[in-house]
Amino acid sequence: MNGPRRIEYLERDTYRQRRYRDAARALPVFATILFFLPLFWDWEAGTGIRPSVLIVYLFGMWLALISLSALISYLIRFSDGDSRDSPTEGDDR
Amino acid sequence: MISFNLLIVVSLAYVAFLFLVAFAAERRAKRDRGRWLRNPLVYTLSLSIYCTAWTFYGAVGYAARSGFEYLTIYLGPTIIMIGWWWILRKLVRIGKTQRITSVADLISSRFGKSTVLGVLVTVLAVVGTTPYIALQLQSVTQSLAVFAAEPGSGWDGRDFDSAAVWIAVGLAVFTLIFGTRNLDVNERHHGVVMAVAVEAVVKLFALVAVGVFVVWGMAGGVGEMLDRIDAAVIAEWHPVPHRWVGLIFLSAAAFLTLPRMFQVMVVENSDEKHLVTASWAFPLYVLIMSLFVVPIAVTGLDLLPEGSNPDLFVLTIPLTTGNEGLAILSFLGGFSSATSMVIVATIALATMVSNHIIAPIWLSSTQQGAALSGDVRGVIVLSRRLSIAMILMLGYLYFRLSGGGAALAAIGLISFAGVVQVLPAMIAGIFWRGANRIGAGTGIVIGFAIWAWTLFLPSFGPGAVLSEAVMAEGPFGLAWLRPYALFGITGLDPVIHAVFWSVFFNTVALVMLSVLTFPNPMERLQGAQFVNVFEHSAGARTWSQGAARAEDLLIMAQRIIGHGEAQEMFRQEARAQGIHGYLPEVTPELIGRLERTLAGSVGAATAHAMVGQLTGSAAVSVEDLIAVADETAQIVEYSNQLEAKSAEQERTARALREANEKLTAISIQKDAFLSQISHELRTPMTSIRSFSEILREGEIEPEARSRFAGIIHEEATRLTRLLDDLLDLSYLENGQVQLDVARGSLASVLDRAVMAAGLSAGRLVLNRDSTREAVQIETDLQRLTQVFINLISNAAKYCDAAQPELTIRVLDDGDLCQVDFIDNGTPLDADAQVLIFEKFSRLADESKAGGAGLGLAICRQIMDSLGGEITYLPGQGGPAFRVTLRRAAQLAAQ
Repeated sequence: MNGPRRIEYLERDTYRQRRYRDAARALPVFATILFFLPLFWDWEAGTGIRPSVLIVYLFGMWLALISLSALISYLIRFSDGDSRDSPTEGDDR
Repeated sequence: MISFNLLIVVSLAYVAFLFLVAFAAERRAKRDRGRWLRNPLVYTLSLSIYCTAWTFYGAVGYAARSGFEYLTIYLGPTIIMIGWWWILRKLVRIGKTQRITSVADLISSRFGKSTVLGVLVTVLAVVGTTPYIALQLQSVTQSLAVFAAEPGSGWDGRDFDSAAVWIAVGLAVFTLIFGTRNLDVNERHHGVVMAVAVEAVVKLFALVAVGVFVVWGMAGGVGEMLDRIDAAVIAEWHPVPHRWVGLIFLSAAAFLTLPRMFQVMVVENSDEKHLVTASWAFPLYVLIMSLFVVPIAVTGLDLLPEGSNPDLFVLTIPLTTGNEGLAILSFLGGFSSATSMVIVATIALATMVSNHIIAPIWLSSTQQGAALSGDVRGVIVLSRRLSIAMILMLGYLYFRLSGGGAALAAIGLISFAGVVQVLPAMIAGIFWRGANRIGAGTGIVIGFAIWAWTLFLPSFGPGAVLSEAVMAEGPFGLAWLRPYALFGITGLDPVIHAVFWSVFFNTVALVMLSVLTFPNPMERLQGAQFVNVFEHSAGARTWSQGAARAEDLLIMAQRIIGHGEAQEMFRQEARAQGIHGYLPEVTPELIGRLERTLAGSVGAATAHAMVGQLTGSAAVSVEDLIAVADETAQIVEYSNQLEAKSAEQERTARALREANEKLTAISIQKDAFLSQISHELRTPMTSIRSFSEILREGEIEPEARSRFAGIIHEEATRLTRLLDDLLDLSYLENGQVQLDVARGSLASVLDRAVMAAGLSAGRLVLNRDSTREAVQIETDLQRLTQVFINLISNAAKYCDAAQPELTIRVLDDGDLCQVDFIDNGTPLDADAQVLIFEKFSRLADESKAGGAGLGLAICRQIMDSLGGEITYLPGQGGPAFRVTLRRAAQLAAQ
């Protein structure tokens, strides 16, 4: 029973884990901004951005975000049991 | 030349391979309970049914027509997956604890196990998904047509329709076999998931193969390819901001709400941790899927004659350049994309249709006792199978009736926009407890209606469903209701226009009605369960006011989940209650658990209704909710009490610890006192003994003798005084003193004390103010005199000033009277101020000391017993003591 109380200050380890989760949550915000950035480019035919630049930019950003996400998911730990699947109803404890 | 027969053989071989994979996976799953199959890679690959034939073939066509806009379809899900998978994690957790079987079940279960909402979402999903299934059938027949068009294929083009039929039938067989093996959706379709994962690899491999061929085989490298892209028509592309933003939102939302995505992401998920891997692996998959799309499109536009269908470039490029092996691989890739999507979407839809439409109808048609009579299990399986067949048939019919072609190609985004109507209810349902059934239902209906009016109906083409007049001028001439320009806003692309208005009004209705209306107790209960799923994953409780017999429940459970499992469950429950056998007491826990178990097979709403039939009343009353709240409150109260008790114990322990420390200190003090006293007694005794010895030996001059006798007498007196003091102190400390209370004036007491102190004249100057000393006191005057004598003689003894002075000051403070003794010697330092009242404490100069250092200790004891006090008064320029007394004035007045 947790009761209405929450733990206000966490151990160093737990604290770090929470911050990794924060990082994961913030990542899509940055992703959105980065993916919307080409809208502000100069798209004038002939003088503006060439499509090859867009390809390199978008896929580069995409890959960078995936790498960051991989890094974060490597760092995040789930305590066992809070994610384990119980195959049948009878097994839940 | 690829003969048609070869193509058929390859396709059949591939299908046979898929069947094998699925069978193997099922067998394996049975043997080791699917542990081997439950890994993050399989999970990630199964998510790839997001990439259907529409993306396999269509992305290239999309790129050829609208440049880089096709990327939005992949960027949306990427944004969700790289960081916001915790939304999915919550869905997965809810799905597990509530045994959710589909999107419709999620919404229905969240909003009070509402049957109506279940039906609503099911209809929405079927309407939104059927065209998509048709699209998959179309893509396969189109790809077959490409091969047929090749000279020498030996195939008659008229057979396309029958090809579509055979594909649909084949898919139906596969889905029937592997999709309905388990009635309990939560038991997972290992065969299907494995087949989907394999197909994911095939389509990725096929697309990458074509891409590599195009970039390195034809263009000659990455640099050359980029140059070609810059030189191509695509270079004139520029992003349309509202489409770019709108489509990213749409694809992200659809990723969460598409029935097939929900199926693989939530229902088939076996471990939440897999989501963490998928968070980067799935975006990587779609990145690779989209990497070669533009190169293929640009190459196709260059290579192939004007007017060729860009949707099929993935096939036609290898065929035109004579790479038949690559063409077949590419065909298999498209085939994989189409089939895996159809299979999973069909299972997802069939579950919904069966649980939310067929089962409730059947249940109400058989009325009371439905769960007890008839083969429920058989009925459910049959309805699931019928639903699968029906949905595939619907897809085929849609394909035939719409006639294929461009109209169908646009259906991808239209379908997305349809299923996205579930999003507000879904997100609000898992994050906002206040969202209720009326709000969610109305929101979905309004969103669905706007979507149908502004996008779905017009998609059949002008004049098909909506007349051209309506399209141009609005219904009944109401221009602000024109399907492509609601409220006269014309600048938006139709898809974005529809998404914007439908989701906007959907959300507004949801929020407004949720705020204004009141949910029923079941909704509130489920709302709390969903939103706070991580706090209590135990599962909701249910209610039973009516008396259901355990035997009836067992009979019903057996009919739905099978004899073995039902009996095992009841036996476990009985054992938990301490009952031997198969029939436990019918408790709310039992009913709740039974309901959840059944929900895995027939959906929450139906399970609730079935159990409700037996338990009599299925409704939750507000009283029930309050009872639960009370129970919770009691637990909280109990825990608070425990906490308080533990705090109290801590306090007691601390008090005990302090007492112990005090005792230890006192014991040390006592030891110090004993050694001190022995020392004090010993010194005079020693001199008495030695002088008496000298006297005994005689032969001493009379003068010396009298001196020695004097010393002996003096020492003996000192001893006596010491012993008197000790005795006195002991009496005082034990409170055994008899007080001789009398009235008198303070002045006379002071006079007596000054005289008794025996001050040698001129040695100590006394400053007194006789007017202020005229205070009547009522106390033991003798004892008080003793205190004053002590203080005066102390001043005389210890004052180190050249001209010692003692000021005796009397202060009248209400019913208290203070007498200060201030001399002009050196003030005591802080440590000494504390120690001075302790026994045997003498300051620095021992030589002057006449007594044993008990004087002030005795004074304090006396003052204590007289009800006054003696304290050291700091900050007076010299040693100062304050004696506080009770005055007699009040007493006299009484």
